[in-house]
Amino acid sequence: MSVITLSVNGKDVAIPEGGSLLEATRAAGVEIPLLCHLDGLEPVGACRLCLVEVEGSNRLMPACTTAASEGMAIHTHTHQLLDYRRMAVELFFAEGNHICAFCVANGNCELQNVAVQVGMDHSRFPYQYPQRVVDASHPLFAIDHNRCILCTRCVRVCDEIEGAHVWDVGSRGSHCHIVAGLDQPWGEVDACTNCGKCVDVCPTGAIFHKEDTTAEKLRHSDRPALLKAARDEHVWRNQ
Amino acid sequence: MSSSAQTKPARQLRCCGASGCRSAGSEELQAALEAARDAAGHTAQELAIKPVGCLRLCGRGPLVACDGPGGTTLYGAVPPTEAGALIEATRNYDHASDTLQASRLDPQLPFFALQSSVVLEGCGQVDPESIDDAIAFGTYSQLRRCLHELTPEEVREQVKRSGLRGRGGGGYPTGLKWDTVALQPPGPRYVVCNADEGDPGAFMDRSVLESDPHRLLEGLAIAAYAVGADRGYVYVRAEYPLAVERLRKALQQARRAGLLGSGIDGTSFALTIEVRVGAGAYVCGEETALLQSIQGQRGMPRPRPPYPAQSGLWGAPTLINNVETFAAVPVILREGGDWYASMGTAGSKGTKVFALSGAVTNTGLVEVPMGTTLRSVVEVIGGGVPDGTPIKAVQTGGPSGGCIPAELLDTPVDYESLLELGSMMGSGGMVVMGETTSMPEVARHFMRFSVNESCGKCVPCRAGTVQLAQLLERFVERRASPADMAKLDALCRMVKATSLCGLGQSAPNPVLSTLRYFRHEYEAACRQPALCDRP
Amino acid sequence: MTATSPARPAASKPSPSAEEIANRKIAQVIRRHGAQPDALIEVLHQVQEIHGYLPKQALDQVARQLRMPLSRVYGVASFYHLFTLEPPTPHRCAVCLGTACFVKGGADVAARLEQRLGVKLDDAAGNGTWAVQHVSCLGACGQAPVLVVDGVLLTKLPIDQPEALDAVFESAGMPSAGAVPA
Repeated sequence: MSVITLSVNGKDVAIPEGGSLLEATRAAGVEIPLLCHLDGLEPVGACRLCLVEVEGSNRLMPACTTAASEGMAIHTHTHQLLDYRRMAVELFFAEGNHICAFCVANGNCELQNVAVQVGMDHSRFPYQYPQRVVDASHPLFAIDHNRCILCTRCVRVCDEIEGAHVWDVGSRGSHCHIVAGLDQPWGEVDACTNCGKCVDVCPTGAIFHKEDTTAEKLRHSDRPALLKAARDEHVWRNQ
Repeated sequence: MSSSAQTKPARQLRCCGASGCRSAGSEELQAALEAARDAAGHTAQELAIKPVGCLRLCGRGPLVACDGPGGTTLYGAVPPTEAGALIEATRNYDHASDTLQASRLDPQLPFFALQSSVVLEGCGQVDPESIDDAIAFGTYSQLRRCLHELTPEEVREQVKRSGLRGRGGGGYPTGLKWDTVALQPPGPRYVVCNADEGDPGAFMDRSVLESDPHRLLEGLAIAAYAVGADRGYVYVRAEYPLAVERLRKALQQARRAGLLGSGIDGTSFALTIEVRVGAGAYVCGEETALLQSIQGQRGMPRPRPPYPAQSGLWGAPTLINNVETFAAVPVILREGGDWYASMGTAGSKGTKVFALSGAVTNTGLVEVPMGTTLRSVVEVIGGGVPDGTPIKAVQTGGPSGGCIPAELLDTPVDYESLLELGSMMGSGGMVVMGETTSMPEVARHFMRFSVNESCGKCVPCRAGTVQLAQLLERFVERRASPADMAKLDALCRMVKATSLCGLGQSAPNPVLSTLRYFRHEYEAACRQPALCDRP
Repeated sequence: MTATSPARPAASKPSPSAEEIANRKIAQVIRRHGAQPDALIEVLHQVQEIHGYLPKQALDQVARQLRMPLSRVYGVASFYHLFTLEPPTPHRCAVCLGTACFVKGGADVAARLEQRLGVKLDDAAGNGTWAVQHVSCLGACGQAPVLVVDGVLLTKLPIDQPEALDAVFESAGMPSAGAVPA
């Protein structure tokens, strides 16, 4: 396997050819916030939190979808990036209805973690208080659209790993919402196999087990990567 | 080829039948002219009445051009009741009625005299629904020449020499793009024409599609030959029904004539072209979203690289250019790349078509060499604001562009100059604004557009444009605070720098450019203007 | 065709219902596109032509016959603004709010229509009979401001002459203010 070398915040790293900038940052031991990305799922570059500066380019590049190339020099925590990340997290909080105090994911929520990571303690932008619904029609699980950040992990895990494609994104712009089937109650969609992978990967408390109450949701966001390795490479690490 | 297309009648009336003139009653006028001709006892051989495409001055439609031994006269806004008088005037203008005289447009008007027809040379000349007429005009002769006499490399060489840059807005060098696609590893590849012209205030591509669809097909076929593609798509917005209809007809005619399909013109070159009709999504003008839409998906852009030239439709190398770019190709091959490059400026070659509208006397299509000043386009060609008051600003580049203030109208129109001013060439819409137009309102207008058209994939565009529109609302309603000004600045920068695709990245441009040139209007809308930060 | 087909359906067979006819037409459309998933948008255009909108049961049929996930079909149908998932009102107008129309008072046209018809802009339900929606640009900028009423383009609306504007609305068949919608 050929290897490429590049620098992350001035530190040289070597990663296998074909790797992404995200892998390079990990090799350098640098942590950048992520919301839409999840190992094992196709990256989409939607949350814009992993944007990095690439020397010689005037565009910011998402680390998750950008291929690393020989000799690149990237910066992950410039003043400007920190500023933009914080603003992005503010926008996430302002566009939904995120009330941590009684959320199933309180204390174990990636949105919450990212807010801490970027130092967002309040939003400068007014909360939109959108009218959103809770769908508890499924016998085991429920989806609370108020807490959804449209990362599309559920859509991707259901399509790419489970192969059921129960979920997709409906409408567009600020009206986007996750739909099951033909925008039906989840419990009515025959394609659902009740596998619970969407619950495992949801970064917030939007999709959860019905038995969970406040702060009880456990995440298993490593599962797609484990399943993918088992499937594609016949390597079982999920003992 | 029919013989009628070759023998030109002594006199003819060309009636514009593009959307603009249609909505002004061109079909009724044409029918009235035919009836009046028959009533006057003239045959079609003596006096042809020919449906054509755009005659440029859309605001004065329906337009009729009258060709006779003494040259060409143009009439605008002719009521059908004057059809008889117009037929009579083709023989003897001296006895023309007052109404008809009032309709006569002076061909020496700067609006006509300062234009140079390159891309639009067939618009208003050929019958858009007749391939025979197009062929008689010379269309497809360059395709034939390419297939028989030039190698794909030679074709690309001419395009490179021409200096042509993408006319859809980005301005990427066309020849370089063609090379990138052509030089990909062997395998299937596609050509795609982006006819999803969605910028409000832009109607250049629609005019080409409605007026001269065969020229576009010829350009597309030449491109396919040059990059080695055997399949192509034209993606047209559904809001242009007449364009879709004429394009479909043209495709059918070209297939029948053996100019599309397999074994084109006796060579081994094969090309299938399909029309794909959009369904109302501005973002599909973004190339990666457009490709998704052609494949029957939600028009969601994806990060680039990889660029479509490397991985496009079904993962294959795909060449995407817009209508005007493809339509320029046949002329470039006919006259040579150097000829094309002799027009324009150092960085922007050739001519550019603009759609001139808004608070301007002459609204319509304008084709001028690159580097023409904005002033000569809007004041000389456009004739300025109808009531003679000064121009306040010119908006170029649609929702991705900006407002250029009157004091900068001497700027030459080229890609770099417009970018420097915080606007952009865009696809070519040019909307003139008079003194009564409020700039925060203009900014809000465009931001609402972006809110409506955001695909919702990335958060800066999906949620950021909503916040920006609400902030602008506070300025329009004159209840903003200095803190709002700071937020507006910061959020504009963030959305511009972090959005995934061009739509989001350029959504703040109308705000940024109006903040730059008309900041006082924003400050005046603050409750404590003195506290507003000055950059 | 006429010679080989029976003169009229056999008496024992009931004539197909409107729904069955629509289903058959849709199946035909899908076959014509070779049941290729990439033809989804084309197919949806034609389904909308058949039904006037995209009813859920038709989306279900499209998904099954194109062998696509239901949610993907819904995702596409709800993404594009020209597709409508609810039955349309009998009469519709579209006000152009493109830049040229904006400069020439398109927003005032919209406001007057809202007032006249008692509807809200972009509320697809309208007043039950009429609905007014905005469009971003019709490319008829040379004739701004413009309006489409039931598919007919009205141009150069006299926005600064209220009476003349009312006369245009009147002749386009729009009931005047206060009139009870039929």
